[in-house]
Amino acid sequence: MQVAIVAAMPNPNMSLSLFKMARSARSAIFALAIICAAQYGHAQDTPLISGGVAFLHNTNGGNTSYQPIIEPLIAAPLGDHFLIESRAALLENFAPKGNGQSGYDHTHFAGLTYLQADYLALPHLTIVGGSFLLPFNTYNDRLSPVWISNFQDGPLIAALGTMSSGTGVGGMLRGSAISRRKYSVDYATWFSARSGNEQFNSKRSTGVRTSLYLPDSRLEIGLSYDRLLQGSGENFYGAHVWWEPKNTAFRLRSEFARGHHAQGYWIEADYRTQAFGGLNSWIGRFEPLFRMQQTFRRDTIVSDGLPLVNTQRADFGLDYNLPHNTRILTSYSRQFSSSGNTNIWETGIAYRFLFPAWKGKSQ
Amino acid sequence: MSQRNFLVALAICVLFIPPSAALQAQSQAGAKSTRQANKKQPTAMHNQQQHENEGERIFKQNCSRCHTAPEGFSPNISGTIVRHMRVRASLSQHDAQELLRFFNP
Repeated sequence: MQVAIVAAMPNPNMSLSLFKMARSARSAIFALAIICAAQYGHAQDTPLISGGVAFLHNTNGGNTSYQPIIEPLIAAPLGDHFLIESRAALLENFAPKGNGQSGYDHTHFAGLTYLQADYLALPHLTIVGGSFLLPFNTYNDRLSPVWISNFQDGPLIAALGTMSSGTGVGGMLRGSAISRRKYSVDYATWFSARSGNEQFNSKRSTGVRTSLYLPDSRLEIGLSYDRLLQGSGENFYGAHVWWEPKNTAFRLRSEFARGHHAQGYWIEADYRTQAFGGLNSWIGRFEPLFRMQQTFRRDTIVSDGLPLVNTQRADFGLDYNLPHNTRILTSYSRQFSSSGNTNIWETGIAYRFLFPAWKGKSQ
Repeated sequence: MSQRNFLVALAICVLFIPPSAALQAQSQAGAKSTRQANKKQPTAMHNQQQHENEGERIFKQNCSRCHTAPEGFSPNISGTIVRHMRVRASLSQHDAQELLRFFNP
């Protein structure tokens, strides 16, 4: 999602880039100042730095691009009830110059994806304030990090219900409503104000998501709803189903989303075999993937980021999970639509890092 | 006394009390303490096992649903990871505590 959003951004001029970088730096310094000012009561509560660094290659309809990207994440507990967390994205996009010219054009982007404060108010309630990822369906707030997603590209419907930027600026209540051995129910409800800030762009909106999880069958079913409270005032509806059969490394994930002008779905399956020495054998590290997705326009008004015409796409992937939190991602996709069929080839390598911000106290 | 200290004390008792009891086979008190120690050991072990199983279950059902587990991390950040996961995966306070016990048995 993040990659998709930034890739779609217009080429910024140098002064705007420097301005944005200065703002990013100020935000980062502010976050670090909060972290450094904090006192940590427990040895296990040292702030952490995590995230992913990746090098991605993409050839879409014959147009090739290369993208080194780093997505650092910082999480710092304050006292017994607070957590400050933030994720940023820094990337450079290189594409060969056209018209027979040699060399590459490049654009860059640096910005905060979110910056939020979490207050663990009650055993079943967390209050979130700041800039947060909108919890509509599952992709935006659960699968979008570069070190988590199986495919480089987000689903075609990822823009539905996420209000263009994917983030809200305001408040959110979330938590586990019920947690039993046989089932659990979680919820998230939020309100976002309109913000034109360069780093924290958002639209005035509100929404809710709830999910039921059945541990015995490893089945998750969820519903989402949100509403844009400015401009056209559109409603968005979503549903997701995840299934991971017990004692297998098979995962099936799916989402449906419906907006005022378009709707669509995706279904993704991935599998790792345990039959030849377990998941960490050289064969068990292979992860074949398949994703099917379709989008349908309900009218000709385009305001949601989905393709302009009905589109079908099949993605075939093969990832390899190397030791030391490194993954090789490869995929081939065929996209069908009345505006033309295209092939999309993607390869990349992603490394996930996770370490304390400093050494911390010994236990 | 913390649970860890208690388990260390219990382990020392388990290691040393049975030989002492054998040497004092005729001693009623020695036999009694041995019986108590043996009785406590399975209970404590059982409780610890239960916590580990519960924590492992929560880890598998919540964290692994979205991402593969990292290949180890510093114990200094286990509490921060759990707090982060509590927000991201909407864990209850009880589940977060069990997860922390699983990370720091």
